[in-house]
Amino acid sequence: MIAVSLLGSPILASAGATFIQTLTKSIALGCVYALVALGFVLVFKASQVLNFATGGIAMAGAIFMSILIADRGFPFLPFTNPLAPAVGETASVPLWMLHVAIAMMFAALLAVVLERVAIRPLVGQPLFALAVVTLGLEVAITPFNRDATAVSSRSLGVPWKTNSWEVAGAIIPKSYLAAAVAAAIGFAAILLFYRSRLGVAMRAVAFDQEAAMAQGINVGRVFSISWALGASVAALGAIMFGMAPFPPGGAVSQEVHTILAFRVLPVIILGGLDSVMGALYGGLIIASFEVFAGEYLSGYSNILGPGYSTIVPYVVMLIVLLVKPYGLFGTAEIRRV
Amino acid sequence: MAVGRPLLRTSYDEDASIFPSTFQKSMVGFALFWMLLACLGVSPFDAPFTALLGATWLNPMTKTLAFAIVALGLNILVGMTGQVSLGHAFFMGTGAYAAVVLGGDGDTAKACVPFHEQLGILDRTQDCGLGLPIWIWLPMAGVVASLIGILVAPAAVKVRGLYLAIVTVGLVFIGLHLGRMLPEYAGDFESGRRWPKLEFRFWKEETPLVDFTSNGKWFGFLEVTEEQKQFLLIFVILLFFIVLAKNLARSRTGRALQAIRDRDVAAEVMGVPEFQYKRTAFAISSFYAGIGGALFASYTGRVSPIDFGLLLSVDFIAILLIGGAGTIAGTLMGTAFVELLPDLVERFTGWLSGKTVSNGPIGWFANILLTDGTAGNFGPISTSATAPGWPMSTFQWNFVIFGLLIVIFLIFEPLGLYGIWLKFKSYWKGWPFSY
Repeated sequence: MIAVSLLGSPILASAGATFIQTLTKSIALGCVYALVALGFVLVFKASQVLNFATGGIAMAGAIFMSILIADRGFPFLPFTNPLAPAVGETASVPLWMLHVAIAMMFAALLAVVLERVAIRPLVGQPLFALAVVTLGLEVAITPFNRDATAVSSRSLGVPWKTNSWEVAGAIIPKSYLAAAVAAAIGFAAILLFYRSRLGVAMRAVAFDQEAAMAQGINVGRVFSISWALGASVAALGAIMFGMAPFPPGGAVSQEVHTILAFRVLPVIILGGLDSVMGALYGGLIIASFEVFAGEYLSGYSNILGPGYSTIVPYVVMLIVLLVKPYGLFGTAEIRRV
Repeated sequence: MAVGRPLLRTSYDEDASIFPSTFQKSMVGFALFWMLLACLGVSPFDAPFTALLGATWLNPMTKTLAFAIVALGLNILVGMTGQVSLGHAFFMGTGAYAAVVLGGDGDTAKACVPFHEQLGILDRTQDCGLGLPIWIWLPMAGVVASLIGILVAPAAVKVRGLYLAIVTVGLVFIGLHLGRMLPEYAGDFESGRRWPKLEFRFWKEETPLVDFTSNGKWFGFLEVTEEQKQFLLIFVILLFFIVLAKNLARSRTGRALQAIRDRDVAAEVMGVPEFQYKRTAFAISSFYAGIGGALFASYTGRVSPIDFGLLLSVDFIAILLIGGAGTIAGTLMGTAFVELLPDLVERFTGWLSGKTVSNGPIGWFANILLTDGTAGNFGPISTSATAPGWPMSTFQWNFVIFGLLIVIFLIFEPLGLYGIWLKFKSYWKGWPFSY
């Protein structure tokens, strides 16, 4: 809501300011998309599962965070959160980040459990069967995210609220910087992790499961870790997306879920299902198409329909796939008889 | 047929026959006979249906029949050709909207020009409908959906496997947006618009020749209600499509599609043109989806674009997996299972909520499971629909059950209900031996 009023407001005098604002917004949104897409990619690289439940798991993490910090309690349990800020106060930045970490751990735990229970028994089955299992998980998680926690839009207790900077007439919310920093940390951490011993094991598993097993790598453990990592970066993305100026209005709501679960699909397709940096580029490209189309084509919105910018990612995806069937950065599959 | 060895086939005709044994033929005949009598309300025959689904069982069943047509179509694409589509809700919606534009009533002159608002013609609140009779709009629903399928097919040649699944997810969202973008065709995005009724007319005359939307007599003696008429109509259409699908599977086209499923490169090497046959598969499959969508929307009466969302596509994929992909019997079983389960759950909790006051294990069970929201009354299922939040209603639990069923079936019985049936059959056939 804030984003809408900012972009449409008469405060913006110059075209340059509009451009700067659109650009920063698309970078910030791209960072969020990239984080969630990274959640998909990490899981797909290690276990060859297209995890449709990423959105649901990430959303569960964000809602967990909201319950911890805004309701000062625990989901379904009659305890209060001892770490929560006092009633009527917002958390300080370090405390808030601690809660983010807890929420990421919760999402990781949920993902590990789901992987162990629902995905592990199916190792070796066709990719499609695995994808559909995660689709089933997604459908099963959704009511808990949507209905059991009751509130249609939940505050995340963001310490900097809706504060923003003004640069050359353009208004840049602090959340944009937070999203960019989160993405930078997330991607740096994952890239560093890939250099560690466990990360090398993960890449080996991604390359050839059987050969990795023969080298003494515990493939099951690699699966668990990749699911945990994927879920936690996706949850980080979900939390960043729940912050103030992002499209649905700055709170964890059902719309956040739709976006996380399905609008990130064009991002991973564009970047390629198995490319970490592809997730980042894909996120930035898709988000800039979406945001720039939303800003500069708004004069045609009575022809394009209300909310047309939300399908821009799918249209871009369709066009890219028809030209490059494995995305911009994905590994082409060699077809043999 | 060789005497004494009933499964020994001695000719190609026998191998390709729809019913391999007389027993199977008579069982299908018996089932049809049973369905017919049950639908007409003949007393012992409808007993199992009324017991499971209540007195208005024809309602969910008719909807299930329309869904079965779509599921059969998806089976041709996924089960027979091996092309994963999560976009069947889109094709279904295409058919339904083709039907309503051709057959619905509305302002023909003003509203049917797209973007007339921009062209300065009139407001977009008018619905577009040409008011044509059913013998035009029903087949055309299939044809239009089929044409859209042909347009999408090239993507399936270019894009494979999971990538194709995601592309089709994109289709669903683009379809939803089209629904929002073109209110003159789709009606209001939330509440939708009225669909043409199931009535036969020659052209646009006042009284329909045969109408399926009022009670009346057939052949001068048979009293049939509106629900029975619609059930029978959609049942007959479904039977037609079942026969069509069966015949497709044993034709040259069907064999080509199966070859592509098993290994597309190998099929192409053997001279099966991949692109042509994938296009055919998409065309046939979306034809089914279009017809099914039009019938579903027309039977429901009022549908909105939201109803053709991704969850509907997931429904159909679940139908195939739970029923057993690649088989027609499995698809039908899966449709019945997936589409009737919410009603069953609803009825079961209704029955259980009457038992909370009773003693004994059922009473305890009911008390553990159900809650009416009063203090000190815990349980995961809420019987009072008023309060949102943690004790979830059966409607919300149905999604959980549905999702878990997909997972459970894939883990424990990848062949689905059809696999269970096969196991059952081979157990009795082999008895007293284990195989």
